[in-house]
Amino acid sequence: MNLLKLFISFLKIGAFSFGGGYAMLPLIKKEIIEVHGWMTTKEFIDILAVVEMTPGPIAINSATFLGHEVAGILGSIVATIAVVLPSIVIILFIAHFLSKFKSSPYVDWAFKGIRPVVLGLIISASITVSKDAFIDFKGFILGTVLFYLISFKKLHPILAIIIAGVTGTIIY
Amino acid sequence: MEILFKLFITFFKIGAFTFGGGYAMLPLIQREVVERNEWLTAEEFIDILAIAEVTPGPVAINTSTYVGYKMAGFKGAIFCTLGTVLPSFTIILLIAKYFWEYRQNAVVEKIFLGIRPAVAALIFSAVYKLGKNMELNIFKVIGALFTVLAIVVFDISPIIIIVAAALGSIGYFKNKEKDI
Repeated sequence: MNLLKLFISFLKIGAFSFGGGYAMLPLIKKEIIEVHGWMTTKEFIDILAVVEMTPGPIAINSATFLGHEVAGILGSIVATIAVVLPSIVIILFIAHFLSKFKSSPYVDWAFKGIRPVVLGLIISASITVSKDAFIDFKGFILGTVLFYLISFKKLHPILAIIIAGVTGTIIY
Repeated sequence: MEILFKLFITFFKIGAFTFGGGYAMLPLIQREVVERNEWLTAEEFIDILAIAEVTPGPVAINTSTYVGYKMAGFKGAIFCTLGTVLPSFTIILLIAKYFWEYRQNAVVEKIFLGIRPAVAALIFSAVYKLGKNMELNIFKVIGALFTVLAIVVFDISPIIIIVAAALGSIGYFKNKEKDI
């Protein structure tokens, strides 16, 4: 039963994940944490950090990891297949009708509406994560410094996480 | 058969060596698919990126499915996508199965207390970069704020918001087109 729920949840996540990994976090949170109560937000953030440090797209890595936490190896397989299935079906469909799809104004119009939503989704994700990530002033300072380094000094995400982990052992 | 194997190996490599997901993977994909193997022309590659932008799912998956289909039909699509997914799938599974239990350890606990603000910083940075790149105007800002309000305060499903935004936008532009 859990496997079926897992499959449907990640099918939804795969079908509505526009704009790369982070934009789908609100939907993952809704499905995994709120609707099914499979884990806490804290556990989810920790998994996100691990996912960020391993190769491959965030969406797929999250599906594999979360699937395992919910229903073991079988859960991993089911969640990963479910999350890629919508993209595969849509791309195969488009591959047939590529030229028509490219010139359709509807696609362009729809996406003009979705773009601001993607920004809103990522902002929502940052609000959610902040609640559990900044538990004290030290954490807030660490986060601010890293934000600056990542955004303006091109610090690599993996390096940022390693620095943060080492800093954690010193300040906590 | 040979082409299927080659497609699989190539995308396995792409899946194994691209950290950070999405757009970080593009240079490697381009080198393998366009330059080294000439499976796509540079123009086709740009088309795929445009399509990946407007379709759900990771760019890497969209690209591998398309290249596979073009080179070897449905079977090719499956082999390429499998190749992209398999490396991270294996790594994540090993971590989840054998290392995740150690996170209760006192030192690991401290490491994660430090890492959580970093994850938040990464997401804030994504907000900053996306905002900078999308030429914000008042409508886009209102759209984004409306989304935040709907999700954080009113707890509306992101699916409903995405569908509503797409349909609303289509309606708006179609109407505008009629006026002209």
